[in-house]
This record gives sequence, structure tokens and C-alpha cells, in this order.
Amino acid sequence: MSKVLLVGIDCSDCADRALKYASDWAEAIQCRLIVVHVIQWSPFSFTTPQENEERHRRREAELDRAHREIVDPVVNSLRKRGLNVEGVIRHGHPAETLCDVADELGATHIIVGKTGASRIRAQLFGSVAHSLVQISKQPVTVVP
Amino acid sequence: MTLIKWGARLAPAIAFLCSSLPAWAQEGVDQRIDQAIKPFADSVAGFIFSSFSVSGVQVPFVLVWLLFAATFFTIYFRFINFRAFRHGFQLVRGDYSDPLAAGEVTHFQALATALSGTVGLGNIAGVAVAVSLGGPGATLWMILAGLLGMSSKFVECTLGVKYRNEYTDGTVSGGPMYYLSKGLAERSEKLRTLGKILAVLFAIFCIGGSFGGGNMFQANQSFKQLVAVTGGDASWLADKGWLFGVVIATLVGLVIIGGIQGIARVTSKIVPFMGVLSVAAGLTIIGMHVAEVPAAFASIVDGAFSAQGIAGGVVGVLIQGFKRAAFSNEAGIGSAAIAHSAVRTSRPVTEGFVALYEPFIDTVVVCTITALVIIVTGTWDPSVDPSQGVALTSEAFESTIPWFPWVLTVAVVLFAFSTMISWSYYGLKAWTYLFGESLVTDAVYKILFLLFVIAGSSMQLGSVIDFSDAMIFAMAFPNVLGIYFLLPIVKRELDDYWADYKAGRLKKFGKAARRA
Repeated sequence: MSKVLLVGIDCSDCADRALKYASDWAEAIQCRLIVVHVIQWSPFSFTTPQENEERHRRREAELDRAHREIVDPVVNSLRKRGLNVEGVIRHGHPAETLCDVADELGATHIIVGKTGASRIRAQLFGSVAHSLVQISKQPVTVVP
Repeated sequence: MTLIKWGARLAPAIAFLCSSLPAWAQEGVDQRIDQAIKPFADSVAGFIFSSFSVSGVQVPFVLVWLLFAATFFTIYFRFINFRAFRHGFQLVRGDYSDPLAAGEVTHFQALATALSGTVGLGNIAGVAVAVSLGGPGATLWMILAGLLGMSSKFVECTLGVKYRNEYTDGTVSGGPMYYLSKGLAERSEKLRTLGKILAVLFAIFCIGGSFGGGNMFQANQSFKQLVAVTGGDASWLADKGWLFGVVIATLVGLVIIGGIQGIARVTSKIVPFMGVLSVAAGLTIIGMHVAEVPAAFASIVDGAFSAQGIAGGVVGVLIQGFKRAAFSNEAGIGSAAIAHSAVRTSRPVTEGFVALYEPFIDTVVVCTITALVIIVTGTWDPSVDPSQGVALTSEAFESTIPWFPWVLTVAVVLFAFSTMISWSYYGLKAWTYLFGESLVTDAVYKILFLLFVIAGSSMQLGSVIDFSDAMIFAMAFPNVLGIYFLLPIVKRELDDYWADYKAGRLKKFGKAARRA
């Protein structure tokens, strides 16, 4: 069975290292690479009527920004290196969403950075890497 | 950044108010405002609550109107309130939510937003009033009205989503104004004018309700509670209703004029927590008086059918129960349809199923717990002054948990605040429906809203409660009348959807799909 790597990224240094690790690996073994960015969001959060009214517009803006600033530049530069890359952006709980995307697109391996952009949050509630290791059905590599 | 900017703009105004207020206060600002509004409030209330006499009891027509509608909808949709209860829960849980639509407004969020507008003082002060005026038996009628009200919510929220406006900039706006005008026009050319008139009437009453029950009543009752815990009449705050009003108005102003959504967002997270806390406290008290619970239920059932010493006998009890249920869960009033219509769904009827939970949580669960607390602690006393409202509930909690009135005070103020934020939104939607959207019309509404906050905290309960009830209930006339014409449309939506649901044609996602 051929390998499909999935790497989760945000705008942190650690995510950059995870991305480098994953792309070098994918290049070495010539396999498909899926680059995923998850926008933190919960379907069970409490919102105001004003926020609800504007939610659809905000979501579009968030997706647009994530494409422009995070995922598209990465995907483009990796494609130039000749890799088979796919970019995915989703809203949701980061670890759960990474797992769902991995299942959905048939990834065989997940790579993430040890600490993401929200360092304080991670200290309090456990990092994405931590919960991912708990729930993932695929092997997980955590890059320091 | 915006905070600083607005702070700078507000500072001179606040400084001016503070320097001139002590002078007013000596002349009794509270009484002056009260006297100015009272005659108007009384005449409005008198008109809306025009009642007829049944075996010597005055029955307000609007209650019959709401109750008949709720019963009619329940039968017309073959007990949708029970039939779709389980499916509603599956929808709230997200079993049918496509992960590709993640990030949009979910069923849960729409429900929670609507609930934070309805769960509040009605559940605390309103229940106390119902039980003190109508006796324990009022609870049973309140529950019954809550169960029937679920069907009214189902209809109005389905329509709210179906006929909402989706603008090109990606924002949505919905509510009775839109389904009355668009829906009736769709039914037939002849109904077009009627729909337009009903929509305008609804919008006018909704603005009134947003100043009354959604604003003045909230300010008034939360101030009363604050005075009560700080020492009653001897409290330093006792004659400073205007001061409380100015503080609350400033906070509300920061949110609705200053656009500081942060405050609203923080409140929207604390309010559910306070709700759970007061329910937990209620259950604890009931648990501690577990021996009295069977007797309490007996008095609820007995009292509902044989009212002794209650003004108006059984009909009097019934009216108190129905009135408080309607005021608390707002079923048939149309306000919730505004909040629910922001949900992202391709099937409007799904939001109707979700909306069933609103009267259920609000009335059948929360109000009943409050009523039980008042009954089992024996705080209920037929001779108590009905204007005590929150104070009676507070006393009931205090008798078992001495420090609880402080928690209740925080809860009451927060509930009041979040209800004001919600109603300022409902009112503004109605206002812009009438006057169009522009910076000036927006600002006029918002300033009026803030002035009513101050007025509400300075007035006596009697005139405030009558005015609030009156304006909120007035919304039910155009709303329910229009809904009768739109029932076949809801029926068609429901039947289509229900057939799909029963045949398993609806796609489940995530964990729910794996379970299936």
C-alpha cells in the first residue's frame, strides 16, 4: 500500500518544521502529501444574534485569509518542487478535524508540530499533538 | 482600539451626567420618570389586555388567542411537539451536520442564542408572581402551556428560516416581518396587502416589546434584586434606580453602539453557566426537601383544579399559569423566529424541530424547578405582595442556601443584560424593517433603547410589568393571525421532510453515521 502523508499546519515556527519534515519525507519516498489547516471552531459555542447574522460572511473571510496567507503559498512552493500536494482548510476542533480529514482522504500517516500557535492554551488544555496521539487511527509523528 | 475611541467619546457625556444627576436626584428623578410614563403605560396595557368575563373572572383575550393557537398547531401538526422531540435532539447534537459546512451557524448555536433571549427573569421573577397569585396549581397550567407552546415555536421558527432575507454580502435577516409580508404575498395576491399590514404592525409592537419586557422589565427586576441583597430599603442603593440604570445603559451602549462584541460574547458564555448553576441549586434545594416533594406535587395537581382562596378560583389559577408561561417562553410572540433564522440549513423545518426545545427547557424544565423550590421551601404565601417578583424566589433559595441570593443577584443581572442585548437586536431588526437601514436610524433606535433602560430601573414594578406584558403580547396578534394563512406551507415542508426522515434518505455524518 502506498503511503499518503498528512501534515497539519498553522502559522507557528513549529508547524514550519513539521511541514519541512513532512515534505522532505514525501519527496524522498515520492508519495502524496496533504497539507491541512484547521480554523479553531466549535459547533457548540455560544454566540450573540449579531454574530450569527454575520457568521456566513465571517466564515468566507476566514477561509479566504487561510488560503491566501497559510495554505496556498505552501502548496504552490511544494508543487514547484515537483511534489503531489493537496491543500485542505476546515473549521473545527484541530485534532478531531485532522483525524476526520485523514480518514476521508486516505492518509496513512499524520505529522504535526509539538506546539502550535496557541501555546498558553496548549499548556492549559493539552496540545493538538497530545490529543491527536490519543485519538488518531494512523501513526502520528510529532516534530519538536 | 475601539474601546479607547468610544471611551473618549463617552467620557464627556458621562461626566456631564454625573455632575448634573445629584441635583436631579434630590427632586426624585425616579418618581418623575415613573409619573411621566405611568399614564401611557397603563392605557397601553388596558387596551392590549381587554378582557371578557367568564364566571366572574376577567380573562384577557390575548391569552385565549395564544392558547387556542398553540392547541390548534399541536393538533394540526399531529402532536409535532412530542413526535419530533427525539429528532430535534439529533439535529442539535449535529448528527446531520455536514462537516463541509463547519464554521456556519449550527442548530445548537441558533437554539442557544434564542434561549439566552428567553431564559431570564421570566423564569425567576415571573414564576414567583404566578405562584404567589395563582397558588401552586398555577405550575401545572404553566407546564401545559409550555408543552403546547412548543408547537407554536415549531411553526414560527420554520417560517422564520424559510422566508428570511439572504443578502449578497452574506448576512441574513429573518423573522415574522419577513414571513408575514413575503409568505402571505406568496399565498395569494389578495393576501399581499394584509401581509404587509401585519408585518408593519408586528414590527411596531416588536419595537415596543424591545423597550418593555425586553428592557424595562429586565432593568427594573434586576435593580430590585440588587437592592434586596444590599439591605432592602436601608440600602444605599434603594433610591438610586437612575444610577443603576445609567451603569447598565452604559454597558449595553458599549455593546450595541460601541460595537464591543467582546462584552456580549463574554456574557453569552457566562449566562448558560449561570443558568446551569441556578438549575443545579434548585435541584439541590429540592433534594434537601425531598420529603416534601410528593406533597408539593399533590398541591400542584390539587391547586390546579380546586383553587381555594385564589382570586378567580380555578380560572384565576389557570390564567396565572398560562400568562407566566407565555411571558417566559414567548411562544406565539414571534421574537424567537428572529434569532433562529440565522441558522445554516437547506431544510427550514429542521430549525422548527430544534426550536421545540426552547419552551421545553425554558418553561417545562427551568420554570418548574423554580416553582418547586418556592413550593417545597414553603416560601409561597398567598398573602405575599405580588410585586415582590424576584425577591420571593430569592427568599426561597435563601431559606436553604443562605448565601445564594448573591449568586442569584449576579445571575439576575446577567440574565437581564443578555436579554437586553437579544431584544435590542430584535427591536433593531423591526426598526430597520420599518425605517430602512442607515447610520442615523440605527443610532436613533439605540439611543431610545438606552433611555428606556434608565426609565425601567427608576419605575415601580406595577406600571413596568403591565407595559412590558402589553407590548410583548401585542406582537402575538399579527404574528399568529398571519401564521394561520401560512400553515399549509409549513405542512408541506414538514410532510416532505418527515417522509425523507422516515425512509432514511437524510444523510448522517461523523459519529452518527458510524453508529448507524
